[in-house]
Amino acid sequence: MEYEPVIGLEVHAQLLTKAKIFCGCSAEFGAAPNTHTCPVCLGMPGVLPVLNKKVIEYMLKMALATNCRINRACNFARKNYFYPDLPKGYQISQYAAPPAEHGWIEVDLNGGKKRIGITRIHMEEDAGKLLHDERNPVSYVDLNRTGVPLIEIVSEPDIRGAEEAAAYLRRLHETLVYLGICDGNMEEGSFRCDANVSLRPKGAEAFGTRTELKNMNSFRNVQRALEYEIKRQGYVLEGGGEIAQETRLWDDTAGVTYSMRGKEEAHDYRYFPDPDLVPVVIDDAWIDAIRKTLPELPLEKRERFIRDYKIPAYDAGVLTASRELADYYEETVRLSGEPKLASNWVMGDILRFLNEDKRSVRECPVAPASLAELIRLIREGAISGKMAKEVSEAMYRTGKPPATIVAERGLVQITDETALAAAIAEILEKNPAQVAQYKAGKEKVFGFFVGQAMKETQGKANPQLINEILKKMLAS
Amino acid sequence: MELYSLTIHELRDRLRAGETTSAEIAASVFGRIDAVEGDVHAYITLMRETALAQAAEADEKIKRGEGGPLAGIPIALKDILCTRGVRTTCGSRILENFVPPYDATVVEKLRAAGAVFTGKTNMDEFAMGSSTETSFFGVTRNPWDLGRIPGGSSGGSAAAVAAGECIASLGSDTGGSIRQPAALCGVVGLKPTYGRVSRYGLIAFASSLDQIGPFTKDVEDAAIMMNAIAGYDPRESTSVPEEVPDYRAFLGRGIEGWRVGIPKEYFIAGIDPEVEAAVRRAVEVVEKAGASCVEISLPHTDYCVAVYYIIAPAEASSNLARYDGVKYGFRTGEAGDLLEMYKRTRSAGFGAEVKRRIMIGTYSLSSGYYDAYYRKASQVRALIKRDFDEAFKSCDVILTPTSPTPAFRLGERLDDPLQMYLSDIFTISANLAGIPGISVPCGYTAGGLPLGVQLLAGHFQEGRLLQAAAAYEKNASIEKRRPSL
Repeated sequence: MEYEPVIGLEVHAQLLTKAKIFCGCSAEFGAAPNTHTCPVCLGMPGVLPVLNKKVIEYMLKMALATNCRINRACNFARKNYFYPDLPKGYQISQYAAPPAEHGWIEVDLNGGKKRIGITRIHMEEDAGKLLHDERNPVSYVDLNRTGVPLIEIVSEPDIRGAEEAAAYLRRLHETLVYLGICDGNMEEGSFRCDANVSLRPKGAEAFGTRTELKNMNSFRNVQRALEYEIKRQGYVLEGGGEIAQETRLWDDTAGVTYSMRGKEEAHDYRYFPDPDLVPVVIDDAWIDAIRKTLPELPLEKRERFIRDYKIPAYDAGVLTASRELADYYEETVRLSGEPKLASNWVMGDILRFLNEDKRSVRECPVAPASLAELIRLIREGAISGKMAKEVSEAMYRTGKPPATIVAERGLVQITDETALAAAIAEILEKNPAQVAQYKAGKEKVFGFFVGQAMKETQGKANPQLINEILKKMLAS
Repeated sequence: MELYSLTIHELRDRLRAGETTSAEIAASVFGRIDAVEGDVHAYITLMRETALAQAAEADEKIKRGEGGPLAGIPIALKDILCTRGVRTTCGSRILENFVPPYDATVVEKLRAAGAVFTGKTNMDEFAMGSSTETSFFGVTRNPWDLGRIPGGSSGGSAAAVAAGECIASLGSDTGGSIRQPAALCGVVGLKPTYGRVSRYGLIAFASSLDQIGPFTKDVEDAAIMMNAIAGYDPRESTSVPEEVPDYRAFLGRGIEGWRVGIPKEYFIAGIDPEVEAAVRRAVEVVEKAGASCVEISLPHTDYCVAVYYIIAPAEASSNLARYDGVKYGFRTGEAGDLLEMYKRTRSAGFGAEVKRRIMIGTYSLSSGYYDAYYRKASQVRALIKRDFDEAFKSCDVILTPTSPTPAFRLGERLDDPLQMYLSDIFTISANLAGIPGISVPCGYTAGGLPLGVQLLAGHFQEGRLLQAAAAYEKNASIEKRRPSL
C-alpha cells in the first residue's frame, strides 16, 4: 500500500524583547548562570507576574505576518508539571483562548506554491536550563532563561513530506527574523521545532496514529528525523504492525528516533486560567498601529525585486534571504543605478568573501557606496572587469574605497584610442605570419592579437576598445 | 491604662502631644509579650531588636516632625507576608528556614508609614484552616479562653491584638481568615475588596481569593490601617488603579436612612443560639442608628462552601508546586533520584491539611474532571457574585453573623475537616464575590467568649463599610472587656 505522511509542526520562537515576559530581568542569552534572575523569575513565595507589553506587540507582528485572525481578548493559563528548570512548578502559557488563530503562510515547492495553515499562535514563558556534570552525579540549574518570552506557532496538519516541512520552517524562520522579533539562532535554541507525524493510506481521509518528534536543532535535522520517522512508520504499517502514540527523540549521531515516553506516561498538565494575570485586551487601534510597523516581508520583497529590478527569481531569492542583505543590495542599486550589475557583484564576490569568513552582511567591510562606486568605474570603462575583481578583493580586505585602491595600484585602463592604435599597429607589424593566417580565414588568431595587446599594456587596455581597433586594422 | 492596651489613634495622640515615646510603647508591648506569649503563642518569630531600633528611629522622626501616620506604632505581621531579611514560614515546615530577600508591598507601605514590626504571627499552614491548629509551629490559644482556638487562619494576628501583644496587625483572608478569628478574639477584622490591597509578597494560597487586611481594636484603627495599605501596585496585575479615599473621613457620618440587608439564607439551622441572638441585637442597633433593615436573598448561598472548596484547593495545588526542595526551603536528604526527592520533600514538608487540599485541587483540575468541578465551580461563582450585585441594588450594606459559633475547643474539629470547613460558611461568599467585609465585636456569650457581626459592602465600598461599622460600634456600645490573662 502506498502511504502519505501527515505532518504538523510546533515552533517555539524566543522573542528579542529586552526584558523577560513577566519581570524586568534581561532576556539576553549568554550571561553567567543565574545572573539574569530576580524573585519573580526564580518563583519565590509571594511574588507575582506582570506582563511585558512588548511581548504582545511582537506576537501581534507574527500573527499579522502569517494572516492570523486576532482575538480581541485572550488570557494566560498555567501548565502544571514538576521539573527543576521550572521554578514555579508551572509554566505560564496560553491554552483555551489563544490571541491568534486561523492563519497561513505560502511556501514554494518544486516551482509551485502551497498554503500551509497556522492553527494558532500564543505567548508563553521559557523554562530554565539544566547543566549536567559529566563526571559527577550532579546537575546544576541555570534560571537565566526562565521567563524569556516565547511564541508558539502551531501549524495545521497540512504538511505532506519532510522537504515540505523544511520549506515551511524556513519560511517561518525567515519571517520571524525579518520582523526583527527573533534572532532565529537554532543552536542557541531561539528557534525550536517539534513535529507530529503520522501516515495514512494515500487517498484516505482519516489520520493515522501520530508520534511526536523532539530534539531536532537544525533544519537539516528536522528533515532527516522526519524522513527517518516516515520510513519507520511505513515499515511498521507494512509489516502489519500498529503505530504507538508516543513521544520520540531524534538522535542526531545515530540518525534514528527512539521512544521517550508512551501515551500512558503523557503528562496531565491541569491547565487552568492563571488567577495572577488579567485578560489581555487587544483593540483595533492597537492592531492597526502594529500593522503600520510591519516591514516588507520576504515574499513581497522578492516579487518587487523581480518586477522593479528585472532580476531573475533565483537572484531575488538569494538577495532577500535576509533583510540586511536586501537592504545592502538596494542601497547599492540606489547609488549605482545598475540593478543587474549590483546583483552580480553582491551575489558573486561580496557573498563569497563573507561566506568564506563566516561573516554577516552587517560586518561587511565594503559599504554599498563603495560597491556602487566600483560599479560606476566599470561602467565608465575606467577599469576592466579583471581589474575590478582585484579591486573588489582589496576593498574587502582593506575597507578602502575603490578610487584609492585604483590609484594606489595604478590600475588605470588605457582608453586613449590613438595610443592603443599605435601599439596595435606595432603588434601587427611584428607578427606578419599571424596576420596572414587571420586573413586566410583562421579567425582564432584574433585572440592572439588581443592577448599581445593586453600584454603590451600590462592589462590596462580597455578590451572592448582593443577589439574595435583590431577589427578595423585587420579588415583594412 | 497600660500603653499596650491603647488603640493606634489614642497612641498617636499621645505621641503627638509628647506624652509618651515610641520606645516606651515598644517596651510596653514587648513587656506584655514577655508576660503572656508563653500562654497565647501568637508569634512564630519575634522581631524585638529591629522593633526597638525602629521605635528609636520613629522617635527621632517624630521629634523632627517627620513621623509617618503609623510612626512608632507596634504592628504584627501574619507570617504569610514576606519580610526582607526576616524568616517567613507561612506556618509550614517546608519554609521553616526561608528568608525572603524582599518585602511584601504592604510591609513596604507600613515601613514607610513608620510602623514598628513586633514579629511574625502564627497561622494555619499556608492559611489552610480555621483554627490555627495546622501550624507546624504549634497552636495559638484564644486569649479569652486558653483552652479554645483563636480562629484562623490568621489566629496569631487576631490573638496578638486581643492579648495586647501588638497594637494592630495584618492578616490575610481567603475564605474568612481575617473576619472569623477577629470575631472569635473580639477584635475588628477587615477584608478589603479583591484588588484593593496589593498581594505582592503575600504567599499565595488561592490567588483569586486572597486579600490582606488589618486586625485592630476598633473601627477607627481599621480605617487608619486601610489608609496605609490600600492602593494600586504596578507589581500586582490584579490590583486596581482605583483612587484610595481617606477612609477616616467616612467615620462619624452615621447611617441614617441607610438600608441594611439581612440575607435570609444566613440564619440557618446549626447556628449557635447565642450567636443568633447577638446578631438579632445588632439588627436592632442599626435600626436605632436610623437605618432600616430589609430582608434580602442571596439564592446561591448554599453553594458557597462547595464552590470554595473546589476553587481554593485547585489554585493552591498549583501555587504550592514551587515548594519542591530544589531552590529554597526544606529538602529531605538521601533521596536516590529527582522523583524521590520531590516525594520525600513534599511528604515531610507539608502537613496533613495542606496535602489534603493539594490532592483535592489536583483532582479537580485533572483532565476528565475539570469541566465537572473547576469549570462548574467558576460558573457558580459568577452566579454568587451576581447575587450580591442584585442585593446591593436594594441595600447599602449587608449584615450577617461572622461565624456560626463562638471559639471552639482546641482539637475539637481537627479530625473533622467538614465541620472545620463550615466555620467559614458566612465569610466565604465575600471572597468568591470579591467584595469587602468587616467583622465587628457584637457582645459576649454567657461564658464570656466574644462574638462578632459581619458587614458586607459592594466592590471598593470600604469607605461606606467603615462608615456603617463605626455607626454600629458607636450605637452598640458593647462593654469593653479585656481577656483575663
